Amino acid sequence: MRLQDHILVPKHEILKEEEVEELLNLLGVKKEQLPKIKASDPIVKEIGAKPGDVIKITRKSLTAGVSIFYRLVVE
Amino acid sequence: MHPKKIAAIKFEVLSPQEIRRMSVAKISNPETYDDDGFPVDGGLMDTRLGVIDPGLKCKTCNGKAGECPGHFGHIELAAPVIHVGYAKLIARLLSGTCRECGRILMKDEKRDKFIKEIERLKALGQSYEEVLKEVFRLTKAAKKCPHCGAEQREIKFEKPTSFYEVIDPETKEEQKLTPKDVRERLEKIPNDDLPAFGLDPKAVRPEWFVLTVLPVPPVTVRPSIILETGQRSEDDLTHKLVDIIRINQRFIENRDTGAPQQILEDLWELLQYHVTTYLDNEVSGIPPARHRSGRPLKTLSQRLKGKDGRFRGSLSGKRVNFSARTVISPDPCISISEVGVPIEVARELSVPIFVTPNNIEIAREFVLRKESPKASYVIRPDGKRIRVIDSNREELAEKLEPGWIVERELMDGDIVLFNRQPSLHRMSIMAHYVRVLPYKTFRLNPAVCPPYNADFDGDEMNLHVPQSLEAQAEAKILLAVQEHILSPRFGGPILGGIHDHITGLYLLTRGERKFGKDDAMDFLRALDLSEIPAKDEYTGKEIFSFILPKISIRFKAEICQGCAVCKEENCENDAFVVIENGKLLKGTIDEKAVGAFKGIIIDEIVRKFGNAAARKFIDDMTKLAIRVITRLGFTIGIDDVDIPKDAINQIEETIADAEKRVEELIKAYREGNLEPMPGRSVEETLELRIMQELGKARDRAGKIAGRYLGMDNSAVIMAVSGARGSMLNLTQMAACIGQQSVRGERITRGYAYTHRTTSHFKSNDLSARAKGFIRSSYKSGLSPVEFFFHAAGGREGLVDTAVRTSQSGYLQRRMINALQDLKVEYDGTVREQTSGIIVQFKYGEDGVDPMKSYRGKAVDVKRIIREVMEVKG
Ligand SMILES: [Mg+2]
Ligand SMILES: [Zn+2]
Ligand SMILES: [Zn+2]
Ligand SMILES: [Zn+2]
Repeated sequence: MRLQDHILVPKHEILKEEEVEELLNLLGVKKEQLPKIKASDPIVKEIGAKPGDVIKITRKSLTAGVSIFYRLVVE
Repeated sequence: MHPKKIAAIKFEVLSPQEIRRMSVAKISNPETYDDDGFPVDGGLMDTRLGVIDPGLKCKTCNGKAGECPGHFGHIELAAPVIHVGYAKLIARLLSGTCRECGRILMKDEKRDKFIKEIERLKALGQSYEEVLKEVFRLTKAAKKCPHCGAEQREIKFEKPTSFYEVIDPETKEEQKLTPKDVRERLEKIPNDDLPAFGLDPKAVRPEWFVLTVLPVPPVTVRPSIILETGQRSEDDLTHKLVDIIRINQRFIENRDTGAPQQILEDLWELLQYHVTTYLDNEVSGIPPARHRSGRPLKTLSQRLKGKDGRFRGSLSGKRVNFSARTVISPDPCISISEVGVPIEVARELSVPIFVTPNNIEIAREFVLRKESPKASYVIRPDGKRIRVIDSNREELAEKLEPGWIVERELMDGDIVLFNRQPSLHRMSIMAHYVRVLPYKTFRLNPAVCPPYNADFDGDEMNLHVPQSLEAQAEAKILLAVQEHILSPRFGGPILGGIHDHITGLYLLTRGERKFGKDDAMDFLRALDLSEIPAKDEYTGKEIFSFILPKISIRFKAEICQGCAVCKEENCENDAFVVIENGKLLKGTIDEKAVGAFKGIIIDEIVRKFGNAAARKFIDDMTKLAIRVITRLGFTIGIDDVDIPKDAINQIEETIADAEKRVEELIKAYREGNLEPMPGRSVEETLELRIMQELGKARDRAGKIAGRYLGMDNSAVIMAVSGARGSMLNLTQMAACIGQQSVRGERITRGYAYTHRTTSHFKSNDLSARAKGFIRSSYKSGLSPVEFFFHAAGGREGLVDTAVRTSQSGYLQRRMINALQDLKVEYDGTVREQTSGIIVQFKYGEDGVDPMKSYRGKAVDVKRIIREVMEVKG
């Protein structure tokens, strides 16, 4: 069974190189200043992200309807 | 210079050599000042120890008073004395080591085992006190030294500083150990044994616990003060040090002249007493050293200990200038944005006027004034403060120039910060405008009580006067009361009417009640309305409309009974409020309309006309309501909860009925006929069913009582309008108090084996009255057994609140500490301040400021549609 099929697991996707660049430029931060997620996290393994990748998480939000979150994959 | 980070702090014990090394002067003269008033060399005020008199210079560092930090000196004690703080440790060491060879009284392997255990606990950061106790217990019991074989004697420790050795266990004959004997024994303890007593040989030698040299703290630590009489008054520490030197010198003289042993011993004892009280003047077992006036001296330990000590009083707690604290009391005549300040307080607090060419005349006027608000000080550009008094008033006014600062007394219109602890949210500190008033309490409009959570049963509040123009501007713009009408907690008004405000407006606006011209004018007298149409009669709704801004709104009032289909403006209960263009057409004004935390009208005014208009409305609304309720009269009494005999009979019947049903349930349970509810045992089912049955009975009793307590009843008016109290409170007063519970269950406690709550019942009695059901009302009074159950339930309530407040307080502290340096940036992200780490990509995921939201929602679509329709129509 895929974790992503579970209704409680929000959508996770790996950002492309250019997208990461764009995001960091927009926020004016270095990669390390993003929130983090462990490479050992089951969802990270499932989508095949490696340390250094940035993951985009699209969640349902109580206040905003949909909210977007980013996490840097770390060891 | 690079700032250094402190990694750790380690406390060690000063060795005699260390004390001598850090000393700049040997002190041996008990005199402090000579006849000319100069410090005596070698005395306690020796200028090598630092200076406090403005004219003198320090002989050690050449600094003037204020520049020189002060330097330590020392006293060479003629005879060693015990340090009280270490006496208990000395007792352990003496009992734990050999009186001949000084080794620990246990085998090396055992010692090493203990040392290892202590080290392990140390590394874990845990307490190893228990291990030390065990070492003490084992070594004390040893009769013979395992190293040299010497016989051991029992050591007796007599508080605070005496040690005895039991020479003969049979006769219990004792011999005193002088501090000198003690020191010699401690000297013999080898370094390797020290860790077993919890001591680090790199940091401390046990013989240092017996003082041979005493450090003399710098004069800056114990400054003398000049009394009004011109006399010098020394610090308590100096007094104590004088005593020590005096006895020390006496001891030396007597010893050198070969005085008898007894005299020397007495002097030694005295020296010990003075050194002990110098270190700690609250030791049990000896009388505290006293001042000539009989006041006990405040010595070293007293400076640190307790609530006003260095730690709790000076380091953790800080005092603040330009502040005042007193009891609060209500004043409905002042605005919610004002605070009444007592004249005495206003005279003491000051506001600086920074003199410029533009305000110099105003400043001069304050300097010349002889009555409050007058100038209390002027500060010259060179920083010199001059008190303004009658004799120099004109001269100072003359000299006044731009660049000077005039400190004038607090007066009407000044901005101040007002605070009530516990300061749990931002509304706990708000800015108010000063109104100087007679009497001794701070006055505030009762409508601002909710954000402060204040009442007038003796609450005290603090007031702070901002001292710079920036701070004053910030207070006016950001902290003003009117900026906090909407709460950031739920996006609704937190300020609003309470108690009498709600009752008053209810009485005014209910139905089509009409008021004559006299009444109407009296209601409106306190407000500054410019135009009132001339009429002989006004309805309450018209009168209320005079203070309403031009809003249009429709909502169900608090008194709405929730009919299945709301008839809206045709509600026969007048519970549907319709306001059109600032005219109250239908409905009754109650808590839902103007109450704190609810106040739909206030909410609407803030959104449509802003904070200032809302403030004005609250001021007018409270004034109007108070005048209405005073003129119409409103009272409650014990007979408000009287109900006719008929009703009492009906209630009795209802309850008897319920009790019968409970009996039936119990019977069914006993016979095994009770069907358990899903997921519950039979016992649980029985309890739940009984609770349900009795709950229903109380509600029914309440309904019956309610039928007889009509809407003309004052207590009912307060309950339904939301002013104070609830229908449940009334039910309990008039009809039936109902089930008492502990931990959500019927009361089951009592001696476990008796299976009953009190001795009035048989074992295993499950009936309603045996398990805490109270059929009486507060009015009729409780039976003794009922009273007992009531106390049990009531106590749980008290304990709960006590526990909850402390727990939630600590929880909130931790949360605030964790979140304190997060900030919402201009791009809407939430970031940590120092590292720039992102915590949220959009504040609250939607980027909405809850204070500006509509009850938490970003947009109120209905409102927008309504407004658009209005414009069109
Ligand atoms: Mg109180
Ligand atoms: Zn100095
Ligand atoms: Zn020995
Ligand atoms: Zn209705």
